[in-house]
Amino acid sequence: MDIVAFVLEPLQYGFLTRALAVTVAAAVVAAVLSCWLILMGWSLMGDAVSHAVLPGVALSYIIGIPFSIGAFVFGAAAVALIGIVRSTTKLKADTVIGVVFTALFAAGLAIVSATPSQIDLMHILFGNVLGVSAAEVWQVLVLGALTLAILLFKRRDLTLLAFDRTHAHVIGLNTRLLSALLLGLLALTVVVGLQAVGIILVVAMLITPGATAFLLSRSFDRMLVIAVVLTVAASITGIYASYYLDISTGAAVVLCQALVFTVVYLVARPDGVVWQALRRVRSRTGAGSGTDRPTAGSTATQAAPAAMPRSPGAAARGDA
Amino acid sequence: MTTVHPAETADAPTTSPVLAVRGLSVRYNDVQALDDVTLSLDAGRICGLIGVNGSGKSTLFTSLMGLLVPQHGTVELFGMPTAGARKQGLVAYMPQAEGVDWTFPVSVVDVVAMGLYGRLGSARRLRAADRAAVDEALERVGLADLRRRQIGQLSGGQRKRVFIARSIAQDARLLLLDEPFAGVDRASQTTMTHLLKALRDEGRSVLMSTHDLAGVPELCDEAVLLHRRVLAQGVPSEVLTQGNLALAFGPAASDDSPPASSSTTPEGNS
Repeated sequence: MDIVAFVLEPLQYGFLTRALAVTVAAAVVAAVLSCWLILMGWSLMGDAVSHAVLPGVALSYIIGIPFSIGAFVFGAAAVALIGIVRSTTKLKADTVIGVVFTALFAAGLAIVSATPSQIDLMHILFGNVLGVSAAEVWQVLVLGALTLAILLFKRRDLTLLAFDRTHAHVIGLNTRLLSALLLGLLALTVVVGLQAVGIILVVAMLITPGATAFLLSRSFDRMLVIAVVLTVAASITGIYASYYLDISTGAAVVLCQALVFTVVYLVARPDGVVWQALRRVRSRTGAGSGTDRPTAGSTATQAAPAAMPRSPGAAARGDA
Repeated sequence: MTTVHPAETADAPTTSPVLAVRGLSVRYNDVQALDDVTLSLDAGRICGLIGVNGSGKSTLFTSLMGLLVPQHGTVELFGMPTAGARKQGLVAYMPQAEGVDWTFPVSVVDVVAMGLYGRLGSARRLRAADRAAVDEALERVGLADLRRRQIGQLSGGQRKRVFIARSIAQDARLLLLDEPFAGVDRASQTTMTHLLKALRDEGRSVLMSTHDLAGVPELCDEAVLLHRRVLAQGVPSEVLTQGNLALAFGPAASDDSPPASSSTTPEGNS
């Protein structure tokens, strides 16, 4: 089979072109959001919101409204609930997140099990991208475009929020509002991504592209571009892999993202594991030991992640 | 809660001190972080805030930035509540080195431009005049050549100067500097001392926390010795007496706070 036929054959099927459109659109939005999410240290929040939408999706099917409405309501409710419990107890963020999202996820499972004939749980949990209707494609495209537009318009404020929340506050920006905006956009992105890969795996699209791009970039704009390019490549490859190898579409897309991450982790310069090992070998043998530039993130700086306690600023960070 | 004095804000903004803290007490759960602190700072003055870790320096900064609600007392900046001064971009804050994520993918010029965000449109797009302000700030701190560097690729002193450049671009009138000389080599220390004096001579005020007692008389017009309450304040030579330092760093304080590291003990500077 030649290359052209290889590429075109799946596209004869309407359901596969729709799957491709939905997956690429969702992946792009999620990749852009993921750049802020991982710099904020909110990866777990992405996990929480994606699981917490289950009761919303289930209720939407029962009532007969578009599932995105229910999903968004419960995603936002989960964020609000986490914020409230956090600010009124001494519990740490990851603890509160764990309690809230598992409770909502369990509530969703209970609702689904009480109405077994109407909802296909597997489709919600693992996505049903091959079964999306044209109307659902439009839903994803419109919501995705809206989310992307807001993210890009406010990108400088969001980057400032992630980098130095205290400074944002000191120059008079409303950091609570910006946090709420980012969390609202997270809920929207989860809604967009559900169709493509389902509740369980949407978090991969929310974390992996940003994580991969972070390893490759020293500037935020570059990080955005790299995340988008890599995620589009991984999504298209994943769809084709799922067609030709006859494996789950969501799984194939996420595996491709993970594969890209693995390659970057191993060989990206100058921080890739392979290069670090080479440098160690070279410096041990004496050759080129003096030529190694000190680089950001290679040694000591890596030990100061965003989770470090930030003295006066720490008080400002608690309002997520 | 901060008390608002409408009469003061309306009538006498020029005569008000840059910073006026009155009877400020802050409590975190079981710990009294600040106890009845009163201090003020006028325009064009550099004030060194001296005290051991846990003496309330950071809490004081946090209060000045309006990030916590005090138990008692008021904080006013430029004769108005802190929120008003923040909205007008009058205040700048330089975090401690430990408070910054140095792996963050931002360049020197990106960080300095963040000083301007408060007065830009909602997309924070920089116009030509804004870029010029950023360039000028970079020139002043001597980082123009390193503008494209990711911030983690800078030395300790260069890192500090990025944040000073940010407050210059912002055109802030009050600079709150948290340990500006920590992890800074001698050469950079001299550069920064000149820089801060130049900023003072333009009428800006600086409040900086510091462990470097030796540098205080050289740089600061005033000093405040803090240990939850104000132990002494005034001209550095009068504040930094053996007796006062023993109160702040010595045995009197050692029962509830560990003394500072050996290089900063008063003995090392006497």
